[in-house]
Amino acid sequence: MLRFILIRILQALPVIFVVITATFFLVRSAPGGPFDQEKVVIPEVKKALEAQYRLDLPLHEQYIAYLGDLAHGDLGPSFKYPGRSVNEILFAGLPVTAELGLYALIIALCIGVTAGVFASLRPNTAQDYVPMSLAMIGICMPSFLLGPLLVLVFGIWLDWLPITGWGDIPGDKILPAVTLGSAYAAYIARLSRAGMLEILSQDYIRTARAKGLPEWRVVIQHALRGGLTPVIAFLGPAFAGLLAGSFVVETIFQIPGLGRFYVQAAFNRDYTMILGTTVFLSSLIVFFNLVSDIIAAWLNPRLRHQFQGGRS
Amino acid sequence: MALLNVENLSVSFVTRNGTNKAVDNVSFAVEERQITAIIGESGSGKSVSCYAILGLVPTPPGRIDNGNAHFLGQDLLALSEAELRAIRGRDIAMIFQDPMTCLNPFMKIGDQLIEPLTLHEDLAKGPARERAMALLAEVGIWHPQAAMSAFPHEFSGGMRQRVMIAMALINEPKLLIADEPTTALDVTIQAQILKLIAELQTKRDIGVLFISHDLAVVSDIADKIVVMEKGKVVESGQPKSIFEHPQHPYTQKLLAAIPSGQKTADTVAPDPLIRIEHLRTWFTATAGAEPVKAVDDVSLEIHRGEVLGLVGESGSGKSTLGRSILRLVPITDGQMTFEGTALSSLKGHKLKQFRHRMQMIFQDPYASLNPRMTVYDTLAEPLLLHGMVNKAGLDQAIRELMDNVGLARAFVRKYPHEFSGGQRQRIAIGRALATRPEFIVADEPVSALDVTIQAQILGLLADLTKEYGLTMLFISHDLAVIRQIADRIAVMYRGKLVEKGSTAQVFESPRQDYTRSLLAAIPGSNPV
Repeated sequence: MLRFILIRILQALPVIFVVITATFFLVRSAPGGPFDQEKVVIPEVKKALEAQYRLDLPLHEQYIAYLGDLAHGDLGPSFKYPGRSVNEILFAGLPVTAELGLYALIIALCIGVTAGVFASLRPNTAQDYVPMSLAMIGICMPSFLLGPLLVLVFGIWLDWLPITGWGDIPGDKILPAVTLGSAYAAYIARLSRAGMLEILSQDYIRTARAKGLPEWRVVIQHALRGGLTPVIAFLGPAFAGLLAGSFVVETIFQIPGLGRFYVQAAFNRDYTMILGTTVFLSSLIVFFNLVSDIIAAWLNPRLRHQFQGGRS
Repeated sequence: MALLNVENLSVSFVTRNGTNKAVDNVSFAVEERQITAIIGESGSGKSVSCYAILGLVPTPPGRIDNGNAHFLGQDLLALSEAELRAIRGRDIAMIFQDPMTCLNPFMKIGDQLIEPLTLHEDLAKGPARERAMALLAEVGIWHPQAAMSAFPHEFSGGMRQRVMIAMALINEPKLLIADEPTTALDVTIQAQILKLIAELQTKRDIGVLFISHDLAVVSDIADKIVVMEKGKVVESGQPKSIFEHPQHPYTQKLLAAIPSGQKTADTVAPDPLIRIEHLRTWFTATAGAEPVKAVDDVSLEIHRGEVLGLVGESGSGKSTLGRSILRLVPITDGQMTFEGTALSSLKGHKLKQFRHRMQMIFQDPYASLNPRMTVYDTLAEPLLLHGMVNKAGLDQAIRELMDNVGLARAFVRKYPHEFSGGQRQRIAIGRALATRPEFIVADEPVSALDVTIQAQILGLLADLTKEYGLTMLFISHDLAVIRQIADRIAVMYRGKLVEKGSTAQVFESPRQDYTRSLLAAIPGSNPV
């Protein structure tokens, strides 16, 4: 088990390294810099600023210095928010984004699994077509369209739910979570339908029916575990994707999470902020992929004993 | 009064392409305390009949047109789903063909075993587990306690089938339906499972409905045989009368297809085409772990123009040996020569040049053909790859190949799924012959086929061997098949070659105990 995790982490290091390097040089190759503003800065001040942030060094030296800091877990100072380090800003925004992502994931799972399993029980009938068509719409509809639409219907016409903020008014977390989760609900619905259809055609399902089990027990006790394996494997990447992809929703609903800082950083050429967020999010993606792989393998008895050592 | 009496049962499948009558006015009975066998090829409707009376045929597409099935005074076909559920698993239990796929891989054996008990008898978990363990011991599982908390993948095929049998018998059913319960098993395991079913039937006094495509298998255990063809019952009676005086032409055909007889040994001058010395093929799963010695120190000669039968159970290393010779798996150690050329050290381009001289026919004609390639493409690929013909001669070469393997030329643009198993195996044979090889490894080429088709393919292989002057390594777990086609026999057991000799010698005076046990396990060797 430990060996498996160790190998996976070692495999992840080069990935993150490539991400850092590519981002570093891409950001630098974009025109403009953090101190190019509308208002003119006196050349001496600009020079002092650049010296302070090491921008006067040759590019490769900056790169090496950045890697050195990174090795100590220091993502550097923010260029745009003087006096605050990137670490501080990230950890301030993370809880909000993580909470939003978690709610979105729970909504996605509840809706997705229910719809997928329901559809798989009667394939190629209305019971299958209706939820699956809705899922297709969910996948196709971008959150910058769905969000305002939900705001319009539930916030303005029906006046049921608040339309902005995070934790200020009761119920203001519902719309962002639904907006963010809906696309994932649709993916999960399709994954669970496909997984369940495959398992329901297995011989051991016939064995279970031959025992005289009622259909609901066949589905829940015998089919669900195998049928939802693809969903579990998808959860890790999905959660990482929710964290990294929440900036649209955070912008629509004015939520002070990570995503908004990320987008702002790109506009401001806040080099360390862009790099720091990218490194952080890519590490999260790698981490959650690893976690979901471990869970998926643990749930499969044929793979489980790989972790316990011994028989293969 | 019979235990189960099926009368005029008709079942159809309604698909987009029309209605297909799978079972047509079928009547049969299972007497109490007797084994009734239904015999027929795949598609004869034998399984569908049995699934239909238990409500296990999915509707739609299935549809029960008419008929009744009286069991203990009630008509099963008139019962509601809930009433039928109460009978399934309690009074009528089933075991299925493939024990590898019929147990839930995610559930512990114990939990699966006690499910029918807790369901039908409302028994608490503790006593249910006691009963399950006793039954596991009865069906020959050595450590019932450990087995209860094991998962299916920890057991071999034969052991899993024992678990299935225990699961079926746990509620003391009055009728056991066994659907090809030994078809997926090795010949020695098959003999054990057949014996177990017969013993349990006598001991518990239950009725058994035994479905099989193999007359030889049921000849040992059945009290009555029902022969089905294309959804109809064509003949039924005592095994003795069926075997000795078959009335219907189809029954006669089935009997004739049972592999029997022995190849009249050609007087081939021993001219070794392939020489194998101390071959080892080991697999290492994880670094540091004990390697799996699939082939362990095997020395063997294959003579030009002979068919060498390689016999062994699953896991004996016989397929790995075949693949090693063709250099399809990396070998660990040893020497192999083909006409004096060292096979074991060929690399890259030289190896590729050699490939067209040695070909392989695989077991499963359903899996070994690319489903997205037409027959034409499948046959054209090796022809062009090895430069056997140019584009101009391609059509002609493909037509010749199809003629040789007995496929109608009109099929050339069809895809594998449009063919039956036997036809697919003909395509696979055609593909192997395309490069005009001198040596062919045939790995269980007929074990996935029905008996009558099996006889046809064996005949075809024997003809082609002569016509093309082929040398063949014929791998099979079925001694009766080997006996029909092989000149010499080599027996493998746990990676080692334990016996080799001429076919007559191995069958008449086997030197090893293991070979004797294989011979004793041939079904039909001790008919009732």
